[in-house]
Amino acid sequence: MENILGLVALGCGLIVGLGAIGASIGIGLMGGKFLEASARQPELMNELQTKMFVLAGLIDAAFLIGVAIALLFAFANPFVLA
Amino acid sequence: MAAEAHAPTASEYIVHHLQHLQNIKQKAVIDMSVVNYDSVIVGLLVGGLGLFFFWLAARKATSGVPGRWQAAVEIMIEMVDTQAKATIHNAQSRKLIAPLALTVFVWIFLMNAMDLLPVDLLPVIWAQIWGAAGNDPHHAYLRIVPTADLSTTMGLSVSVLVLCLIYSVKIKGLGGWMHELVTAPFGTSKNPIFALILGVINLFMQIIEYVAKTVSHGMRLFGNMYAGELVFMLIAVMGGAAAMSLSGVLLPVGHIIAGTIWAIFHILIITLQAFIFMMLTLIYLGQAHESH
Repeated sequence: MENILGLVALGCGLIVGLGAIGASIGIGLMGGKFLEASARQPELMNELQTKMFVLAGLIDAAFLIGVAIALLFAFANPFVLA
Repeated sequence: MAAEAHAPTASEYIVHHLQHLQNIKQKAVIDMSVVNYDSVIVGLLVGGLGLFFFWLAARKATSGVPGRWQAAVEIMIEMVDTQAKATIHNAQSRKLIAPLALTVFVWIFLMNAMDLLPVDLLPVIWAQIWGAAGNDPHHAYLRIVPTADLSTTMGLSVSVLVLCLIYSVKIKGLGGWMHELVTAPFGTSKNPIFALILGVINLFMQIIEYVAKTVSHGMRLFGNMYAGELVFMLIAVMGGAAAMSLSGVLLPVGHIIAGTIWAIFHILIITLQAFIFMMLTLIYLGQAHESH
């Protein structure tokens, strides 16, 4: 029982932590490219900004789904209730 | 001490708040007989509210100097119309799809915005009503964010999938669409054996594409809202924990700071997710118009 609890806690930490790494790298890369691109062609900035926000949401989504699942495991744990 | 035995622990509090107001208890992962009344009713209410306020703007619409609300509605409609024009190049279908995109955007935004109400406000009111009706107030379940319910988001994304299929058939014809199903993305071959093999592979890829599109479309919105709701609950638990311990007198301060930060960030998230859902709806419907 305690064993399962501990492993689930570790799992939640890994889900959130690794997900955060991935999402941060993704957002960082995209933000950097966006700044570079708009420095080269400032007239495209508005158009690119919309697309950047859409992509930021897409990159964020996988991470946030992970966070939701991790928090669900942390509080309403289906593996322990049984 | 007896009072403390009845105070919910953090885990019980969150499990209680994750329980839908539904007709029967969900037993399997997919159970079509479950109806989540809270999601349906709140979704319809905010949808009706959105319709009402847009109707107000349309009723008082003037070609002279617009009022503030009319200007806001015009900005929104123009924004959606620009996106629709950029992704769908068929003026005839745009007559249906552009209003659809606006509906999706406003409705999802309003449903997401229910997340910004205090977590316990409506559930506590509901518990009072439920208790006054002669039921046990501890079993008064209510979740007020319809988009934090997988049924709502998957319902929306499946509707988009159905529209995609309808438009595929309408634009390319039944034969053209079926031809596309077996020839895209890998093309076909003159040799009949290879043509058959490629056809099976292509059909398989197309089915995967449709399923992945629809599932990720719904899961993305659900995951964002669900995570947001859970974080709000955790913040609420932090404030509530102060009542049970002497050392936690500063926790309510943390509650206010954390709640403010997360709520401000969440304003961005709910708008962004509504916008992304709308954009993806447009993009998927635009794909249905393209022939390979």
